[in-house]
Amino acid sequence: MDLIKPGFGLVFWTVVTFIILLILLRKFAWKPILGAVSEREEGIKEALASAENARKEMENLKADNERILQEARTERESMLKEAREIKEKTIARAETEAQERANKIIEKAQAAIESEKKAAMAELKNHVADLSIEIAEKVVRAELSNKDRQLGLVEDMLDETKLN
Amino acid sequence: MTITGIAAIGAGLAAIGAGVGIGKIGGSAMEAMARQPEMHGKIQSSALILAAFVEAVALFGVVASLIV
Amino acid sequence: MTLSTFKRLLFTILCLSVYSFGFASDAKASEKDGEFNAKDMIMHHVKDAYGMHILTLNEGKADEKHITIPLPVILYTDNGFTTFMSSEFHHDYHGEVVVEKNGNRFVNVHEKIYQLNDGETQVQLDEEGHPTNASVPLDISVTRNVFMMWVSVIVLLLLFFSAARRYKKSENNVPSGVASFVEPLIVFVRDEIAKPMIGEHKYKKYMPYLLTVFFFIWLNNIFGLIPILNGANLSGNIAFTMVLAIFTFIITTVSGNKNYWKHIFWMPGVPVPMKIFLMPIEIIGIFTKPISLMIRLFANITAGHIIILALMSLIFIFKSVAVAPVSVAFALFIGIIEIVVTAIQAYIFTVLSALYFGMATEEAHH
Repeated sequence: MDLIKPGFGLVFWTVVTFIILLILLRKFAWKPILGAVSEREEGIKEALASAENARKEMENLKADNERILQEARTERESMLKEAREIKEKTIARAETEAQERANKIIEKAQAAIESEKKAAMAELKNHVADLSIEIAEKVVRAELSNKDRQLGLVEDMLDETKLN
Repeated sequence: MTITGIAAIGAGLAAIGAGVGIGKIGGSAMEAMARQPEMHGKIQSSALILAAFVEAVALFGVVASLIV
Repeated sequence: MTLSTFKRLLFTILCLSVYSFGFASDAKASEKDGEFNAKDMIMHHVKDAYGMHILTLNEGKADEKHITIPLPVILYTDNGFTTFMSSEFHHDYHGEVVVEKNGNRFVNVHEKIYQLNDGETQVQLDEEGHPTNASVPLDISVTRNVFMMWVSVIVLLLLFFSAARRYKKSENNVPSGVASFVEPLIVFVRDEIAKPMIGEHKYKKYMPYLLTVFFFIWLNNIFGLIPILNGANLSGNIAFTMVLAIFTFIITTVSGNKNYWKHIFWMPGVPVPMKIFLMPIEIIGIFTKPISLMIRLFANITAGHIIILALMSLIFIFKSVAVAPVSVAFALFIGIIEIVVTAIQAYIFTVLSALYFGMATEEAHH
């Protein structure tokens, strides 16, 4: 029974002692210790954060570099492509031009041949007409003398003058 | 039987109840720790707190038997 | 490694011998009437006393000698404050020695000072050992528990002041020496007790109280286990635990916010009859929380002391040295458990205080 009856003296001294202890420790121990601990933790956190930032920046830089490189690469690619296209176009144009010119030359040549042929034909016709008249003259002259002779003459004439 | 004798029996009964309760808490805590060893610290501290709650009831019994 | 093992063994044996020796002297002290009374001895040990009794030499002989640290007795009577040293009782606690001071006569009956009524020169005890012709004056003596409390305060102040100085000296707040020993404990109280129980934003206000309570209880629990201090059972004294529990109660009540009181008087989220039913339970709960804190610490520590002393008493009850190894072995085993209990009880008291503060400051979450 006595065991669970709080004695006044001890209660009194405990209250006094505990309050003094609390005040003293709070002011001279907990404040500096907790302050130091949290300060250090803040420092560590900050250091970690800055390291993280640096890492991120580095990554950004890397990404930038990569991007620039990529851009350069695509640019080169497109330039090459363009050059190739131009080359192909040039070649194609040259080819068509050459073809056209050749066609024209051929056409001209054909036209020239045609006109030559026509001229030759006309001359031949004239020639044939002249010959015909000559033959006709000779035939007419021979007719007048002998019939056999006339025939023979025509035969000769025909042999002599062959259409070329 | 004197009143102190009865009080002692009461204290004993209170102790049995607390024993069962704390035993259950301890057993479950062990099982939980075995299942999830990474939660070891948390399980241990909450088991301690729960055991303290159970124990308090038994201690009330003991004190009640001390008073008579 | 072998050397350190040897040292440890030596230390253990030393502790063990001091252990049994300390309690043995305590046990002998209560063997006044020839018959050993275990209950008297244990109660005498567990309760408070007016002097720090270390040991008795030449027990039971003519030149019996007590080695005691005398402590001041401070009483407030009708004639004002009366102070004298506890050594004036000559280690008597059976009411035989009468000390006359300031016109009053005082006797010590089972470590409780009684003031004899006017004209009486001898104390008269009834069957249960309570004085019939004396009254209890207002007693604020520096008893052995108060003395041990002051010793613990000095230890705490030295420890933490020097730790704080270490931080001041170092450049990057790097702990060294004592600081590196106490820092993990302080960080433990902060990260494992205050932060999860109270919350990240509000815990700072309660840190000084929690830390002080934790170390105060822990150190006094440890002091209670040191045998040569002979019964510094401060944390196993209900007056001490009551004061700490009342501090927790006051802080909880003062810091209780609207949400806390609402949960007590008008529990949200339940039907009205339930609210009316819950109100008295919650109001009782306000008071049972600190009471359970008080009783838990008191009962745990006192029970530990009683078990160890009871095991030691077996030697004297059986009057045989053969029992000694068994008793000492069991007492040592309990003693080791008690070392864990010292820390656990300090932890539990602090955790539950923090839990109550957390409940009091919790914001509504709907």
